[in-house]
Amino acid sequence: MENTSRITTRRMQSVWKKNVSDNLQKKTRPTEAIIQAFLFFCGVVSVLTTIGIVFELGKEAWLFFGNPDISVIEFLTGTEWQPKIGNFGVLPLLSSTLITSLIAMVVALPIGIATAIFLSEYATPKTRTILKPILEILAGVPTVVYGYFALTFMTPLLRSLFGNNTVDVYNMASAGLVMGIMILPLISSMSEDALSAVPRSLREAAYALGATKLETAVQIVFPAALSGIIAAFIIGISRAVGETMIVAVAAGSGPNFTFNPFEAAETMTGYIARISGGDLSYNTPDYNSIFAIGLLLFLVTLGLNFLSRAVSGRFREVYE
Amino acid sequence: MSQSDTHLFGEYSNDAVKHLVHQRHSRAKLARAIFRTATLLAVIFLATLLVTVLNKSMGYVVIQNKVDPATISDQPITQLTNAELAEILRTNLRKNRVRTLERAGFLEDQPHSTLVQLVQAEIIQPEVVESYNLMPSLLHRNQITAGAAVEHPGAHVEFRYWLNGQFLSNTMASQPELAGVRSALFGSLYLIVITVAVAFPIGVGAAIYLEEYASHNSRINRLIQTNIDNLAGVPSIVYGILGLALFVRTLQPLTSGAVFGIEGQNGRTILSAGLTMALLVLPILIINAQEAIRSVPDSLRQASYGVGATRWQTIWYHVLPNALPGILTGTILAVSRAIGETAPLIVVGASTFITSDPTSPFSSFTALPIQIYNWTTRPQPAFQHIAAAAILVLLVALLSLNAAAILLRNRFAKQV
Repeated sequence: MENTSRITTRRMQSVWKKNVSDNLQKKTRPTEAIIQAFLFFCGVVSVLTTIGIVFELGKEAWLFFGNPDISVIEFLTGTEWQPKIGNFGVLPLLSSTLITSLIAMVVALPIGIATAIFLSEYATPKTRTILKPILEILAGVPTVVYGYFALTFMTPLLRSLFGNNTVDVYNMASAGLVMGIMILPLISSMSEDALSAVPRSLREAAYALGATKLETAVQIVFPAALSGIIAAFIIGISRAVGETMIVAVAAGSGPNFTFNPFEAAETMTGYIARISGGDLSYNTPDYNSIFAIGLLLFLVTLGLNFLSRAVSGRFREVYE
Repeated sequence: MSQSDTHLFGEYSNDAVKHLVHQRHSRAKLARAIFRTATLLAVIFLATLLVTVLNKSMGYVVIQNKVDPATISDQPITQLTNAELAEILRTNLRKNRVRTLERAGFLEDQPHSTLVQLVQAEIIQPEVVESYNLMPSLLHRNQITAGAAVEHPGAHVEFRYWLNGQFLSNTMASQPELAGVRSALFGSLYLIVITVAVAFPIGVGAAIYLEEYASHNSRINRLIQTNIDNLAGVPSIVYGILGLALFVRTLQPLTSGAVFGIEGQNGRTILSAGLTMALLVLPILIINAQEAIRSVPDSLRQASYGVGATRWQTIWYHVLPNALPGILTGTILAVSRAIGETAPLIVVGASTFITSDPTSPFSSFTALPIQIYNWTTRPQPAFQHIAAAAILVLLVALLSLNAAAILLRNRFAKQV
């Protein structure tokens, strides 16, 4: 009885071993292979998207610069943007993009960092559970709503503060200020992540030496988190440069080479939105010009994103 | 004792030290107040934004009727019977119009509300000649009524919620008081369905590949990962330009429906917009899905391999069900991004004036944010009121989506 059972077991084992080697290990699994191929394809779609962006923008921009009336140098240094009469200088669009972004960062950076310090160093867990969702809501408000806010609240406010003669109905200041409010949650949440990542032991060491909370936050924690905060700053600029709806609604239409924030001036994104809003016919200088500006926009934001990653990677303080 | 105290701080005397400490503490208190104020600012900004929108979305309006209801009937028209309403319509409208209306059946047999609406829209024709925000409506009520009586004799003043049933059920119209968001709502809905249908499988697939199959050191996988991170930072309008060149122009036979025998459309369809939007939300979806998959404990996978499951069986039966709440949360976040995006839709070519609901993926379309943009940029003040109403619709949709995401997240957090 015992014997037969042992023999059966042994036989089963040998059969099983044979099956394993024959059926399992060498078995090709077509379904699994197909699935894996499909999943790989899904991963590649994102790469294809990037290639698509570079290819399409590049192709049309090439056509744009292939036009004998347009040179790259004139494009980058000209101060007049009037496609109708053949003036293609991108500086007016670029300058207003820079001014609105700069105003936005002046609003978003100090408030964002102060908020981040408050949330990570001062706030009780209960306060945080109330404040963080509020910031998330602020971050989730669609940009067209911010555009509406700029036009119906910020512009009238600025005009009543500085006078209707100083401030145009459409102006860069209003768009920039509201853009700052839009970017604020991004800056504060990224900075807060950086501050929270600083190990507790550093704070405790500072307290043990008798430092106040302020001294600990500003002289110990902040420098340790600086790389993350700079990265947040750069991402914020990148977001501001690419923001469309606020400037399309509130900053005015029509390129204007000016550094007065109370004047109307169209940004790069605003121009693209206005031109493509109408029924645009293909292969006209107008059509090609939005690709040239789009390419410039893509390169600027891509460069800023890379820079941000490089900063947070290189200057990060590593604690065990 | 006091002697050793002075020695403890070297050259500083006891009082000087106390003073210094006091100074440092008051500085710390001041800074704390500043940090708190800055944080409060964020709350104030959000409140101001909401108040601005609410303020614009209701208030007194001065309405001038083309025909005074009193000349039509002694009683208020809502209290009239069907027969009386039909009689009014017959006497006041052109014969051709009555015939068109009666094509479906006698006027008397139509629902009471329809008849009231017809009388309102076709005979009385109320027009908003003046509109006020909520604040002045509450504070200066008497001045508004007095001013209206002087400037618009025969007009009456009423309190109007711009966001009302009519606003939700009407299509776009050139008069702000008759315009509604129905076709825009359907357009947004269609858009979201296409976006999710395309982006969800690809996004989850990519996340599974990167987390479960790809070895983290191989060059191509690092490339894919970096690429996804970068795509998340590309401005939305650049996606719009890509959509214009790729889906609207190059793939026009497909996106206009010509391949499927649909004629007379160009590539500026819901399908083009949905595909563009899918590319836009893909990085968000992938990153969120990756996080969800990564949070599934390894022990589950090992147990599954231990009982002889293949890789795909492990993923399908064990990893995905456990990661699903996280993936769905990420999808909802992606949807709430897509629902509010305006810039790519403008570039891809959403129409701003459409009075019919979309019927297929190959319809030209409008969407909620497009309508908001369009109405915001109109110079007439009444359009700003309906823009505010449309913003409220959009915000309610977004808030419910986010609430759903938070609920899912909490349920998920309890499980693990």
